Amino acid sequence: MINFNLRKIATGLIVPIVALALWQLASSMGWVNALVLPSPLAVLRKWIEYALPTVPYAPATESWLAWAFSGELLRDTFSSMYRVVVGFVVGAGLALPLGLSMGSSQRVYAWMNPLVQVLRPIPPIAYIPLSILWFGLGNPPAIFLISIGAFFPVLINTIVGVRNVDSIYLRAARNLGANQRTLFMRIMLPAAVPYILSGVRIGIGTAFIVVIVAEMIAVNNGLGFRILEAREYFWSDKIIAGMISIGLLGLAIDLAVTRLNNHLLRWHRGLEN
Amino acid sequence: MTASPITISGVNKVFSTGERDVIALKDIDLVIPDGQFVCLLGPSGCGKSTLLNAVAGFSLPTSGSIVAGGKTVTGPGPDRGMVFQEYALFPWMTVEQNVAFGLEIKGMNAVAIEQRVLALLDTLGLKDFRARFPKDLSGGMRQRVAIARILALDSPIMLMDEPFGALDALTRRNLQDELLRIWAELKKTILFVTHSIEEAIYLADRIVVMTYRPGTVKRDIVVDLPRLRDPASVEFNALKRELGLLVMEEQQRHHNDEIRMAAID
Repeated sequence: MINFNLRKIATGLIVPIVALALWQLASSMGWVNALVLPSPLAVLRKWIEYALPTVPYAPATESWLAWAFSGELLRDTFSSMYRVVVGFVVGAGLALPLGLSMGSSQRVYAWMNPLVQVLRPIPPIAYIPLSILWFGLGNPPAIFLISIGAFFPVLINTIVGVRNVDSIYLRAARNLGANQRTLFMRIMLPAAVPYILSGVRIGIGTAFIVVIVAEMIAVNNGLGFRILEAREYFWSDKIIAGMISIGLLGLAIDLAVTRLNNHLLRWHRGLEN
Repeated sequence: MTASPITISGVNKVFSTGERDVIALKDIDLVIPDGQFVCLLGPSGCGKSTLLNAVAGFSLPTSGSIVAGGKTVTGPGPDRGMVFQEYALFPWMTVEQNVAFGLEIKGMNAVAIEQRVLALLDTLGLKDFRARFPKDLSGGMRQRVAIARILALDSPIMLMDEPFGALDALTRRNLQDELLRIWAELKKTILFVTHSIEEAIYLADRIVVMTYRPGTVKRDIVVDLPRLRDPASVEFNALKRELGLLVMEEQQRHHNDEIRMAAID
């Protein structure tokens, strides 16, 4: 899966290190205004400060664990992740059964497809005004936007997946005596899983984009809120520290989803081990 | 069990493709007695697979009737297990799960299923592969699993649609011998589609040669050579020559037809 090869890692690090060095050089030499582009070291300092707890440890009032995770960065990460997960579960949870029925029934497809095709091109961000009008501020509008972002990729991929089930599997299963229910549960659904999972991966990616935007508008914590807040105070080091955190979290989510895919699709021809 | 597990009477099959109707099967009458190994032989387009699919119940005849095991065929069912050329194993199931699937549908209890599946995997030399997924098996091993899956159903009739067509010559011979062994032991009635003359002579009690469009029975031959047959023997080759002439006549018609169609387009 992931091959930790030292040589490869070293090769991969060359360009980032050179870029960082140039950036540091530009800052140290005073070529750029530190307010516009702070040095990498300043960003790192801010990032550590952002991650660590803000108050000293008080054993009387709280547990050590709670204190260790009380840093602003960790709370923001948790808030953002919470919204992504809830929004994704809602969006994908609605998309999956609809996709399965649209994929397997011509009638449901004929009924639902025109509406889906009209709504699908509307970017989730275009729902922002409506989401605030409907849900006010706080988590509900954010989760609404995220679930829309996750809904369509999962829906479309599920439809395609069910429609593309190789008819040889259906024939073989019917030959073995499978009824409609067994065909659906044991053949069509698992055969569509590779498509569904690639929809899940796209859906989580979209959800992650939408959560940052939603946090800039509707809530007062989370990674997206934090970088917008930092701009108000001209804390450019904190903006960049927040952006790097967003990037790392996105990477972690994608790696986790890929690992899950590889496990669920270990039977799939395209994947070796 | 009835005396004739498969009775095909007056079967016609017409495919309508746009403007033209293609007569795939015309007036097919065949009575296949219990335990007989029958090969349907002919070039592509002769309707041999169409006939097999009609017996399997995937694509019913336009007219005429097919009775299998005393019941008129109206759809696919586990009493007529089919082995496909493309294996058609479920890739998301392990070898063991593939073989068990038909038994689970039947509603057999888990312990009995496991016993039966393990015994079958053992018979077919698949025991060490039970937890593998189909993608990790060779073509020959996959087809063994497909055969085990059908044997698990314990149906009196086995339908085979060019099952060894995609295998290399040595693996094919190996599986042919295995199939003959299973057939002799379990007394199945087998309807086997092939375009290989040698395969038909090597395996069958009886060879039904079919004509190219419309598909009719051109010749119905009983092969009474003792098994295991020696493909290098004089009798084998005499039969091979005779059948070769019959099949090549049809192949030539197929070829001429293709050229005519190309000219029309």
